[in-house]
Amino acid sequence: MLKVEETQPVEFSSVLLANFDEIVSRYPEGKQKSALLPILHLVQAEFGWTSPLAMDKVAEYLNIEPIEVYEVASFYSMYFLQPKGKYVLEVCRTGPCCLVGAEKIMDHIESKLGVKEGEVTEDGLFSWRGVECLAACGYAPVLQIGPEYTFYENLTEQSVDQLIDDLRKK
Amino acid sequence: MGRKLLLEHINVPGINTLEVYRQKGGYRAVEKALKTLTPDEVVEEVKKSGLRGRGGAGFPTGMKWSFLAKPEGVARYLVCNADESEPGTFKDRYLMTYIPHALIEGMIVASFALGAKTSYIYVRGEMMPQIRILEKAIAEAKAAGFLGKNILGTGYDLELYVQLGGGAYICGEETALLESLEGKRGNPRIKPPFPAIAGLYGCPTVVNNVESIAAVVPIINDGGDEYAKVGIGRSTGTKLISASGNLVKPGVYEIELGLPVEEFIYSDEYCGGIANGKRLKATVAGGSSVPILPANLTLKYANGEPRLMSYESLSEGGFATGTMMGSGGFIAFDEDQCIVRNTWNFARFYHHESCGQCSPCREGTGWLEKILHRIEYGHGKMSDIELLWDVQRKIEGNTICPLGDAAAWPVASAIRHFRDEFEWHVKEPVKSLSSNYGIANYAVPIEKKVEEVKQDNI
Amino acid sequence: MADLMKVTIDGITVEVALGTTILNAARQIGGDIVPPAMCYYSKLEGSGGKCRTCIVKVSKGSEKDPRPMPKLVASCRTTVMDGMEVQNITSPEVLEARSGVVEMLLINHPLDCPVCDQAGECDLQNLGYENGLQRTRYEFERRTFERIDIGDKIQLHMNRCILCYRCVFVADQITNKRVHGILNRGDHSEISTYIQAAVDNDFSGNVIDVCPVGALTDKTFRFKNRVWFTKPVDAHRDCNHEKCNGKVTLWYKGADVLRVTARKDQFGEVEEFICNECRFEKKATADWTIENPTQISDTSVISSNHYETFRPLPVIKENLALQEANKVELEKTSKF
Repeated sequence: MLKVEETQPVEFSSVLLANFDEIVSRYPEGKQKSALLPILHLVQAEFGWTSPLAMDKVAEYLNIEPIEVYEVASFYSMYFLQPKGKYVLEVCRTGPCCLVGAEKIMDHIESKLGVKEGEVTEDGLFSWRGVECLAACGYAPVLQIGPEYTFYENLTEQSVDQLIDDLRKK
Repeated sequence: MGRKLLLEHINVPGINTLEVYRQKGGYRAVEKALKTLTPDEVVEEVKKSGLRGRGGAGFPTGMKWSFLAKPEGVARYLVCNADESEPGTFKDRYLMTYIPHALIEGMIVASFALGAKTSYIYVRGEMMPQIRILEKAIAEAKAAGFLGKNILGTGYDLELYVQLGGGAYICGEETALLESLEGKRGNPRIKPPFPAIAGLYGCPTVVNNVESIAAVVPIINDGGDEYAKVGIGRSTGTKLISASGNLVKPGVYEIELGLPVEEFIYSDEYCGGIANGKRLKATVAGGSSVPILPANLTLKYANGEPRLMSYESLSEGGFATGTMMGSGGFIAFDEDQCIVRNTWNFARFYHHESCGQCSPCREGTGWLEKILHRIEYGHGKMSDIELLWDVQRKIEGNTICPLGDAAAWPVASAIRHFRDEFEWHVKEPVKSLSSNYGIANYAVPIEKKVEEVKQDNI
Repeated sequence: MADLMKVTIDGITVEVALGTTILNAARQIGGDIVPPAMCYYSKLEGSGGKCRTCIVKVSKGSEKDPRPMPKLVASCRTTVMDGMEVQNITSPEVLEARSGVVEMLLINHPLDCPVCDQAGECDLQNLGYENGLQRTRYEFERRTFERIDIGDKIQLHMNRCILCYRCVFVADQITNKRVHGILNRGDHSEISTYIQAAVDNDFSGNVIDVCPVGALTDKTFRFKNRVWFTKPVDAHRDCNHEKCNGKVTLWYKGADVLRVTARKDQFGEVEEFICNECRFEKKATADWTIENPTQISDTSVISSNHYETFRPLPVIKENLALQEANKVELEKTSKF
């Protein structure tokens, strides 16, 4: 498991807060809640997941109720409400990708990493999951890895092996 | 070679930079619109062009713009819908990746036409690389004086921002997108009021697809009348088609509307035929929501006339024998693909993406998925096919937003055209786990019917 | 007056003010043509449109534009136009679609009415009775959630919830702070506080009254009795809370007040929201000034035990022996 406990204190650095401020400035006065989704992305990039404590801090920063943040974070699929591996391999599992072998790629990742969908490898490095259409159907099968959501296209078992080995060496 | 209006310079190295983009005539539309036209004249050109929304619904863009309420002292907004998530569609990703300034130029002209001082491009959060590209391009455009205060000395101010989504297909629905942009759950709003009256922050708002916005650039450069000359009938201009599935050359193609479907699939200029020397079994012509068609009805109408890539021609025959243009996500299935499995896959998608706000969609999409899963995995009953039909009918038309319809149509069309295959799955539960139904008679060419000339009895 | 709109619903014409919804126009007419509403609540701004049970067919848009609307519309969120014609129970299409909606609402519902405190005054039960199928076509496992306490007086049975959002609107509009909301998406959506948090507010108890099903129930009344064995009486007290006027319904069993609720109108909506002190703390007759028995619709199961009079058959009236045999019943009749 990733060593992020719920009790681990969450402090937003001054750099992060400056980024928040810049995002809030994009919206009219009093509409700072618009910044919620982009801010949660920054928080997740910083801490690896979207913890309740972090969400409470975001609510405080945006001057909204914590439940408003929970509601939003749990609605969208990109926010991890549980700790995940350092690299989360998100494989597209929708129609067009399956026509050209996405299911096989997922089976391969499962056996290569030795963990089921949503679980974390023992070294804390990897998780994987199937996600719905990533709008890259012409380059299928595809997977993405956050927080910059780098795309890996036209996957084969070999290219997936290569990718995982490269990430391990990093 | 068909005419290219959006992707003409796509292969020019560095076209993603402002410098090269300008060398190739970029930002002429901004200069022309802001310096020589009034906002109403821009709207008029777009109306004349006959441009129809490229996001899926095909509603005339100029008309949408003219509905925008303009009360005194109230801000107006333009929001670009770049939440591309319809299975089979990836044209907006392509456009934003390779020629981001086309979108930004279009945004400036469209914002000017609508009188927006702040505009947003709502990009799905998964497209982080494209978000970075757009942010860079916006900075370039701002540095060159195309954005910010007093653009090109014309007194027009515009700020353009990229907004990130959080991963939800439903945010492609315009009111859900606005909710999401306000930092809320992506629950579609109940209409009326429409965004043109009360949209973002309760202000009049227009939401347009990436491709629609980019198409404004050639319309202003060449004039709406010129644009309307391209294409066929009420399907004017060019359209980006995202081709995927079992094709020799999947990818994004700009086509002149009116191109025969057969030419699009088989010619080397476009998809180059079916991969691995196989035969075409079926297509989904406009993104996963539109009805699936067997190969023969894809290529020809029920009366044997050839089908073309246009809004009207694709929907010829209604849902009985036709489909829709949708967002232009063209998915090809070869002879070894299983329609039942694919229908289940799509049903799972809609189940996963239903926002859960209204009951028919929240409960019905899950039900469809479960029944289809049962049939696909060899536990189906004959009565399940009737049940599927009835459940999709109870969803269609009874929901707040079109996601309910989008979930129902693929199921309905699969049963309509591929009922044999569903029945085979029920009758051969073991065999269907290891083999496929095959192409059957789905590709049998439709003979052209000779129309009987009726003679009036005098 | 120019601001009056003429609308015809199932052949009955009524004139209503500009901006009235079809549902409210139908409520002005009253009777069987009023569409059922599971999520709309006239006292809660922004409610409605979600459950789809109130869908109707607009067969004529207006005098100016007589074209019918292409789809069935949610009557709670569609405003009337002058000359509009609407079909509700006269349209087989509407009835079929509505029974489809009811089926959807029920496929994941536990149908645990025998142990549910809401039974007898449950909107979903009534809806299912009037529009539902006799049997289910759903053969899969139903969605389940853990039962949780939100606050010490309110219990949440998420299994029973139909996601009408009413309790969320109550928290937003009637209380000063919302700690519960809708989490997750699609058919995994649930009402929750996410992390353990108590819904603690002077007016929080009103979520129980607005809940159309047994998802939010009063823990002080839990398993105390079936509502149809209790007897509702209107009462009031001088409440100190500035926003509460202390007008309530007391539900008696014998001499005991088993629970206190806000008073509800004929459409099942509370007339005025009450504070938690009135609802949870004041359970002695001495706390209240009794007004009169609560009017209960004679179609409600609650009225069956209290208000139905014994109507002697003619044969009893003329036969002394039978009169003697039915003595107790006949005494009751004269008492009413």
